[in-house]
Amino acid sequence: MQEEVVIKAEKLTKRFGAFTATNEVTFEVHKGEIFGFLGANGAGKTTAMRMLCGLSIPSAGNATVAGFDVYKETEQIKKNIGYMSQKFSLYEDLTIEENLAFFGGIYGMSDSEIKTKSKQLIEQLGLQKEAKKLVQELPLGWKQKLAFSVAVFHRPKIVFLDEPTGGVDPVTRRQFWDLIYDASDSGITVFVTTHYMDEAEYCNRVSIMVDGVIAALDTPHNLKQQFKANSMDEVFYQLARGAKRSE
Amino acid sequence: MKQLFTFVKKEFYHVLRDKKVLFILFGMPIAQILLFGFALSSEVKDSRIIIVDYAKDIASQQISAKIEASRYFDVQKTVQTHQQIEDVFKEGVIKAAVVFPEDFMENLSRQKTAQVQLIMDATDINLANQISNYLSSIIRDYQQEQNITGALPYQITPEIRMLYNPQLRGAPNFVPGVMAMVLLLVCVMMTAIAIVKEKETGTMEVLLVSPMRPAMVIFSKAIPYLALSIVNICAILLLSVFLLDLPIKGSLFLLMGESCLFIITCLSLGILISIQTSSQQVAMLISLMGMMLPTLLLSGFMFPIENMPIPLQVISNIIPAKWYYIIVKDIMIKGAGFFAVWKETLVLAGITLLFFLISVKRFKIRLE
Repeated sequence: MQEEVVIKAEKLTKRFGAFTATNEVTFEVHKGEIFGFLGANGAGKTTAMRMLCGLSIPSAGNATVAGFDVYKETEQIKKNIGYMSQKFSLYEDLTIEENLAFFGGIYGMSDSEIKTKSKQLIEQLGLQKEAKKLVQELPLGWKQKLAFSVAVFHRPKIVFLDEPTGGVDPVTRRQFWDLIYDASDSGITVFVTTHYMDEAEYCNRVSIMVDGVIAALDTPHNLKQQFKANSMDEVFYQLARGAKRSE
Repeated sequence: MKQLFTFVKKEFYHVLRDKKVLFILFGMPIAQILLFGFALSSEVKDSRIIIVDYAKDIASQQISAKIEASRYFDVQKTVQTHQQIEDVFKEGVIKAAVVFPEDFMENLSRQKTAQVQLIMDATDINLANQISNYLSSIIRDYQQEQNITGALPYQITPEIRMLYNPQLRGAPNFVPGVMAMVLLLVCVMMTAIAIVKEKETGTMEVLLVSPMRPAMVIFSKAIPYLALSIVNICAILLLSVFLLDLPIKGSLFLLMGESCLFIITCLSLGILISIQTSSQQVAMLISLMGMMLPTLLLSGFMFPIENMPIPLQVISNIIPAKWYYIIVKDIMIKGAGFFAVWKETLVLAGITLLFFLISVKRFKIRLE
């Protein structure tokens, strides 16, 4: 794995009034890595991710994403990242092709590039027949895979996935992770939050947030050894049990 | 620029694929115009009227017979006193009364002029207008016949009294009202819903993470509704000119300019509502209850503002539709130029600017 750092957070903090959602979080993510960002509801994952995406200005600390500062260069950051929210976020009343054209367009891709890449992607996903159908006619699993493909359509340096596999069956989830591996192989850094501990095992490294701070950060293998656990599930359980905050 | 184009294209897909939206956008203005238009052109048939004949002479009886013979009128009964006239009008069945004064024939033969009083129930303005026109023409008819046979020409003057609504406010002016309503609905409600829908489905988040500037996102969402509103205005004007024979007396250019200003007012309002709310239902409720109702009640379209209690008159000043309604009425019906409506235009522009500034401010806060 290359050691080029693409996300760097130093004592990153976000306060909402008296409440500190994210407290002095420090970590680094390397290029091409699949970085799992775990934590119970309300642990501060989403807040941290929003700061890295340029959606929210940090209260204190520093961070750079793709080499750009989260305070001053959010516009540059936005050009270099892809994002998939926990809600399904394609336009249901547009066809697959129109969705691709739209998202390609707002990321400033040229028409010819959109055309060739759409064709390529649709073939790769085996959706030739559905290309002109409205997205609302697709089954959820397909939609989710499509949403991911749209998030990396403009070849971002980093893609942020916010609980991407909610409500999807295990088989589709596995297929979804194949797409993530493909993206990672092609050099895209993947920053993913999840609830599913089996998914945590697929990550190169995971960080587990508890009460706004990072309680553990290492490879799944090392974490299991460190906590003398058989699975990530147990690791997570040991850490999350101490949490004071809940939803 | 290309981003904007891509976005606006997508927005048109949304509108054109949603049959409900299309229906509201184009069905409603047409339906409203036709409804009002139909009410305007409705024929008077068998309207119930009464004849009060104090004269009981040949002339009065001949005219009464002519009225009774007409298929437009159904003469109900003959009453004798003014008090009785009041009473039958209050029952609401009788639409008009024809009153012959005591010395009708005498005046005709001696002074060559006499008066007939036509009393209308003007709560239904269109009907009152039409009945009075028909009655007047029957009387004119009679007069002409008599003038051919008679030795000397004489004159019968119908004296018309409109009961309950002497100024005949409302009906002929409904087109400006419909324009204001349609623009409000399209621009405020539709825009608010369209933006909130993106929030609801989660696509707004994706848009905010994209390199597209947030202000640009909002701006792009408003453009299709601006375009559609202009189409709507044109449709309403075409219908009113060609179907209802209501000409535009003033400058069309000025009218369109003022309409664009009002559209922008409505769009700013729609955007403001969308920023403050996060569900489509809430956005719709606020648009309907907070905007449509006050507009219907306080813009002067339905009810004359001059007759309202002072506090309501004061409140009516903050209703943008009131100013637009006055402007359109002045331009369309009175043929006024810009110098006649510059004050109203200024007020409308001020309100627009205010909404716009609040929206921008609130939007920035929301992003945090």
